[in-house]
Amino acid sequence: MNETQPHHSDGIDAFLSGYAPIPGAPDELVGSDGRMRQVWADLIGHLAARTPEQLDAQFARGASYLREAGVFYRQYGDADRSERDWPLSPVPVLIPGDEWTEIETGLKQRADLLELVLSDLYGENRLTREGHLPAMLVAGNPEWLRPVVGMKPASGHFLHFVAFDIGRGADGGWWVLGDRTQAPSGAGYALENRMASMHSFAGFYRDARVLRVAGFFKAFREGLNRLRREDDSRVGILTPGPMNDAYFEHAYIARYLGMALLEGEDLTVVDGELMVRTISGPQPISVLWRRLDANWADPMELDESSRLGTPGLLAALRAGNVTMVNALGSGVLEARAFMAFLPRLSQVLTGRPLAIPNIATWWCGSEAERRHVLENASHMMIGPANSLHMPLEPDRQTSLGGELRPASAGTLDDWLKNSGPMLVGQEAVSLSSTPVWNEGRLSPRPMSIRVFMARTPSGWQVMPGGYARIAASGADPSAVSLRRGGTVADVWVISDQPIVRETMLESGSGEFGRAQSGWLPSRAADNLFWLGRYVERAEGTMRLLRAYHGRVNEMPEGVTPLIPSLESYLEARGLSTTDGIPDALVSVLGAATGSANRLRDRFSIDAWASLADLQKTVERMSHSVDPGDDAAVAMSVLLRKITGFSGLVHDNMYRFAGWRFLSLGRALERAISTVHLLQIFADPIAPEGGFDLCIEIGDSVMTHRRRYSVNTSRATVIDLLALDPLNPRSVACQIEEILGHINLLPGAGSNGRLSPLARAALRLSTDISVHTPETLDPAALVALAEQILALSTDLGDTYFN
Amino acid sequence: MRYDISMTMTFAYQAAAVNARQIVHLMPVDKPGRQRLIAGNLSFSPQPSRRTDRFDFFGNAETAVAFDTVIEEVDIRLQARVEVTGGAYPEGLPTPPDALGAEIAGWRDLGPLSPVHFCTPSKRVPVDADIAAYARSATEGAAGLAGKVEALGLALHRDMVFDPEATTVDTSAGEAFEQRHGVCQDFTHIMISGLRSLGIPAGYVSGFIRTIPPPGKPRLEGADAMHAWVSAWCGPHVGWVEYDPTNATFAGPDHVIVAYGRDYSDVAPVKGIMRTAGGQKSRQSVDVIPIE
Repeated sequence: MNETQPHHSDGIDAFLSGYAPIPGAPDELVGSDGRMRQVWADLIGHLAARTPEQLDAQFARGASYLREAGVFYRQYGDADRSERDWPLSPVPVLIPGDEWTEIETGLKQRADLLELVLSDLYGENRLTREGHLPAMLVAGNPEWLRPVVGMKPASGHFLHFVAFDIGRGADGGWWVLGDRTQAPSGAGYALENRMASMHSFAGFYRDARVLRVAGFFKAFREGLNRLRREDDSRVGILTPGPMNDAYFEHAYIARYLGMALLEGEDLTVVDGELMVRTISGPQPISVLWRRLDANWADPMELDESSRLGTPGLLAALRAGNVTMVNALGSGVLEARAFMAFLPRLSQVLTGRPLAIPNIATWWCGSEAERRHVLENASHMMIGPANSLHMPLEPDRQTSLGGELRPASAGTLDDWLKNSGPMLVGQEAVSLSSTPVWNEGRLSPRPMSIRVFMARTPSGWQVMPGGYARIAASGADPSAVSLRRGGTVADVWVISDQPIVRETMLESGSGEFGRAQSGWLPSRAADNLFWLGRYVERAEGTMRLLRAYHGRVNEMPEGVTPLIPSLESYLEARGLSTTDGIPDALVSVLGAATGSANRLRDRFSIDAWASLADLQKTVERMSHSVDPGDDAAVAMSVLLRKITGFSGLVHDNMYRFAGWRFLSLGRALERAISTVHLLQIFADPIAPEGGFDLCIEIGDSVMTHRRRYSVNTSRATVIDLLALDPLNPRSVACQIEEILGHINLLPGAGSNGRLSPLARAALRLSTDISVHTPETLDPAALVALAEQILALSTDLGDTYFN
Repeated sequence: MRYDISMTMTFAYQAAAVNARQIVHLMPVDKPGRQRLIAGNLSFSPQPSRRTDRFDFFGNAETAVAFDTVIEEVDIRLQARVEVTGGAYPEGLPTPPDALGAEIAGWRDLGPLSPVHFCTPSKRVPVDADIAAYARSATEGAAGLAGKVEALGLALHRDMVFDPEATTVDTSAGEAFEQRHGVCQDFTHIMISGLRSLGIPAGYVSGFIRTIPPPGKPRLEGADAMHAWVSAWCGPHVGWVEYDPTNATFAGPDHVIVAYGRDYSDVAPVKGIMRTAGGQKSRQSVDVIPIE
């Protein structure tokens, strides 16, 4: 903290001239002597050498990286739950390497202590029995899970991945503000922060001696793989699903680490063993990185109202067959009441004091401490002892001086006296400030850092930097100010040694072989299939609407029966003809996005962005586009966008089973919708213009012109759109594709015998290949439609249940 | 008093269920000084693919079963012989009500019978201001902790109507209290909520009561199905007392205990999960016959 820059250059002096640290709290950039700290010298030099306009442009590169990468978040407790841009402050927080080493040492000690406390809370209860910890606080903690009491974690440890929020207090030393022991979030965002700052500081970052974070993830992944019971069992990430605030991060980190992203319904317990439901039947899994709160994990033994969990999961854990990262019940330590006791527990359990103190906390269940809280209430946050909210998170029950106490509680004195054992007071600490880029110059803002730690085969590893939270305003240095929104920043740990670069990519012989095929969770297969169907349905709908709106103005009413016939065809599909963009089109795209959302870990960022763009466009258009030509033009725009998405997916997706389900969905939907179209508009008694309409909607106008030297007739339309195996739009071509995929799915045939599904597909294929335009009459089209739909149902029964 | 207990529960699934699982709390507890389990047998039909018997956190017998095959109906049968050897009446040196809070704050035991588990709101018994106000006025002037327990139980028995049609197994204490109608489960949850609001640790007891009353006594409510009542902690000397608000009595030789918990969700006789489109229906029949 005392290292300061001996010689300020003039440029740097000018650059920092308006920077005034917040009174009453230390500043990261400027020391108490008013001079810049040495660790910032290079970065400030880099910034000072550029004009504000140049810096804005430079920082915009980081912001645009994040936008393009689709990094977003949902504001905690937001009512509208909409996704927002990731609020990155471009200037990183800099920490000298030697100071970071001290932080690491202190937090490793704390993590070990927390492990000991957990094993006592779920084991022999010595801490409560000897009076070091009030039993009622443990019993009243909603994360102390009674069904877990007495269970020993299969790995031998409760904690494998933890995070600590730390801040620098008024004395210049670091304080722990909160312990995150359940399922800490933010590690994926830390990675994204780093990617963004590499874009913002391209060139400079390379040589800035910033410790890299990739090695941390590599070691963590290795640690998880070592926890597997057998080599053929798997590691997965358990997520609550797309409705969760942090789902983006779960999908991101699953993609980054190359792990399966699983929801509770993907899992099943068979014979006491945890399995993943896949298209190849149940497959063993023995390690779960849990991002789901414990109470939701098993409706049989934990919260029975949970729809997110896996029935029987606790039984599998009790049998010792699964390692949970972290163990169920680890969240008990997140209650702030523990902060009041950890200094003492450290002495009791390890014989040593805490190397890094936590924020001073008093449990109001004992007389002396209650009095202390009362006398110092004006700079004390008072609230529920067992609250799991972090001191830095919004919490409507905790306030300075207990101002937000319940109305029925009476005076502060009464409240503390009557509800004392349920309450704690915590010192409202001041935090150090760090510079943010604000209107063309640097300004100080209070900040805290979240530090992530993973247990690896060689002990705890700490992610060097990555994630700081920064207050929205500089007016108030107290930790409370972080609650009111604000930004995040990358944290750079600056080494005095040159940096060894690491990435997640394996060099040489890694222990990660190529993943086995067929290991596709049934739910993912289901969603892929429906994504394929919805996208194709949306595309077909656009073609229909374009055909309608392009004709409706050209053909005056009454001239041709085609328009009323098309109108009733559209209405039968829920598509209003009085709107330019019918609601049903918006909702089918919504359904596609919904399916894709549950597959985020499987999509490229580009494909996702293109689907999101499509959805946004159609929503915007729905307010402005009129029926008629306007709508026809809009449909052409949308068609170009949706074929762009399909192209991105089909061209870039790895040809695994997942791709087959997506393709099956598309082919089935296209086959069925084409048959329906032909049933009406290629009928022998179809209204005039029906044949041309079919060819247009079937996107085969050019082909028809080349293949047949005559005008459209029922025979040419049926031949081209139903029977011609060379036309990629024909029903026959879809069925060939369906047959090809089904034959390559797991379980399609064994010992020369076809599965019932493969047999049905083969029968369908044979049936259509022997038809002629004459035999494929209206009755045969009805039968064909039924066969295709039955195949879709069979597929679902075989693979999705 | 010795009893032979036989019970049958049938779960019929509206659509055939795959991967059905159940956790069952039906076997009476063995509790020295209060009740002795002489013999007991719990069986399932069809035969489950897997069955695990253990004791849960609160010391209750817990049986977990899983069915791999598709099932349409499950029959659960209990046969047990039990001797009730003592009651759960208030006896011993009373603790002054205003000293109870400090006792609990300093309590060091985290074991199953510790009062510390029964102070804070639980899943089925959240904080309810109306019940708290009612409990305060119903117990005003009552002497001692056991006096408050009894006063609240008597008041509920007076003000609540026993009505099997008014509520379901999922009705909350607050709703039942607002209607002043309910069954033993509702009476019990309301009383637990009231006692906790007064700072008295209180839990849920599920069990059976004798089917045919002793000569000259009225038939007890709840005898044709499983029953529920309250367990309340009256300080270190008196310990746990049990009060049955549905029948306005402390629990004695007519009350056979199956399980203790914080509320119904800890001791639900059968918790079930299955993957099926439809719901489920259950029927039960109970006989608690005194022998000798």
